[in-house]
Amino acid sequence: MELTEKGLKELSDLIKRKEVKPSEVAEAFLKRIEETEKEINAYITVIEKSVEEARKKDEKEGEGPLHGVPLAIKDNINIEGIKTTCASKILENFIAPFDATVIEKLKRAGAIFLGKTNLDEFAMGSSTEYSAFFPTRNPWDRERVPGGSSGGSAASVSARSAPAALGSDTGGSIRQPSAFCGVIGLKPTYGRVSRYGLVAFASSLDQIGPIARKTEDIALLMEIISGKDPKDSTSVDIKVDRFTEEMKKDIKGLKIGIPKEFFEFEIQKEIKDTFDEFIKKLESAGCYIEEISLPNIKYSIPTYYIIAPSEASSNLARYDGVRYGYRAKTFENLMDMYNKTRGEGFGQEVKRRIMLGTFALSTGYYDAYYLKAMKVRTLIYKDFQSAFERVDVIAGPTTPTLPFKFGERTKNPIEMYLSDIFTVSVNLAGLPGISVPIGWKNNLPVGGQLIGKPFDESTLLRISYTWEQIFKHYENKPPL
Amino acid sequence: MSIDIETVRKVANLARLDLKEEELEILSSQMADIVDFVNQLAELDTENVEPYIHTVSETPMREDKKGETLEREKALMNAPEREKGFFVVPRIVEI
Repeated sequence: MELTEKGLKELSDLIKRKEVKPSEVAEAFLKRIEETEKEINAYITVIEKSVEEARKKDEKEGEGPLHGVPLAIKDNINIEGIKTTCASKILENFIAPFDATVIEKLKRAGAIFLGKTNLDEFAMGSSTEYSAFFPTRNPWDRERVPGGSSGGSAASVSARSAPAALGSDTGGSIRQPSAFCGVIGLKPTYGRVSRYGLVAFASSLDQIGPIARKTEDIALLMEIISGKDPKDSTSVDIKVDRFTEEMKKDIKGLKIGIPKEFFEFEIQKEIKDTFDEFIKKLESAGCYIEEISLPNIKYSIPTYYIIAPSEASSNLARYDGVRYGYRAKTFENLMDMYNKTRGEGFGQEVKRRIMLGTFALSTGYYDAYYLKAMKVRTLIYKDFQSAFERVDVIAGPTTPTLPFKFGERTKNPIEMYLSDIFTVSVNLAGLPGISVPIGWKNNLPVGGQLIGKPFDESTLLRISYTWEQIFKHYENKPPL
Repeated sequence: MSIDIETVRKVANLARLDLKEEELEILSSQMADIVDFVNQLAELDTENVEPYIHTVSETPMREDKKGETLEREKALMNAPEREKGFFVVPRIVEI
């Protein structure tokens, strides 16, 4: 089998057994990138020198679990000496002066970086259409979006131009593109993974997480990147499970809750049918299925679209043309420089969210919008909390529709926002969520989402692992 | 709720965003739509509900001691304009 068909764990085993050299693996992926990029445009930066890095590891004994194994990184996570653009004109030439904590950990594990993947500008979007540079195409159908914002990461893993990737998820940005591209994506519990070196979007919601085709690779990456980091005070000092062992435990007897409110939203028939099949099979595998209620879940999207833009408007205040990034060429004074730098440097969706957030936080509106949203957030959290008194895991579709076509949702912002209807509540409540491929309809992938209790990624991985024994979705390869 | 161009202009100024006339117009209608959409939260009674706070950990305390910082050269390497180890900004004091 070709090297590019393999996952992280398989590549690591081959390298350890000296059946293949790290530089040969890196070369194979760079060649695959060259072949597939003209079709899908998943990468903003390809790190050609990764072959040199790999070659340095050729003769060394591998100590780390990813010795000489390559992967792709979303372009809002800093790798020292490489550009971090966030798919924005304002950071087009920004070179990261330090490594994100997750990158430091991956380097220590022996990993090699193939490149930086495309996203919606500053991770704000659900299709990569808001990338300032170019959209990424869905490997399953080039007329359709790969989802977003981690669309480049999900597309590269699907297209086999990376064995796995890191993404970030603020409202569904790992899970929704993973569903659209037919791969697995995990958003860890808030606080599980350090965000130091991830460019901030909405700090009470952002998490970094893995995207891969096999559960063992998700589990392996989680073992490497999780844990308390003094540089991120929101990271939590809690035991990191041996996910690669935990995932193998039987799922018999697990209680899975299906929120009845999920099906009050408009859902495409293809999605609903595939999800029903998925649940039937989990029941046959020994799980108990129970209907549950999350009464306030329908308020997730409006709550999210107050909180996320508010936090974004504050986080993005730093792009002022002074210390880094784009600076307007002509201006009259300091204030004019700020205004022009930001007006010229940010794209439409980023401006829209900064405006919304600034509005929601401004005098006279704070109580009605931001404070109100934070109270509703408590209600949503409590809904989950009481549901988890009865069930171990909550399941639903990841998205209400199959991957949509380019341009279909850019005219009306609210329509684009609604593509995250099943994913945002998980960020609001700080819970872990995974999207797994549950079927293909009209040759397009369908994703199912599993939501866990705080810090219980293990149970999600157990179901994901058992599921891929039932349905070997990782064998499905897009026509590329 | 309608959001007039003047309000949009005021918010844009607070956000330090120089927007073109057509951007102001589009935003005026889009922001009104989005605000109408999020206004559905008003139907919920939140009288006795506390605002959300992440419950898993408290803000940790640490010792107030010197740690690692970014080297000066690295801090300056992305500066649009620099001089003698400083960031350069347009003049803000009249002389």
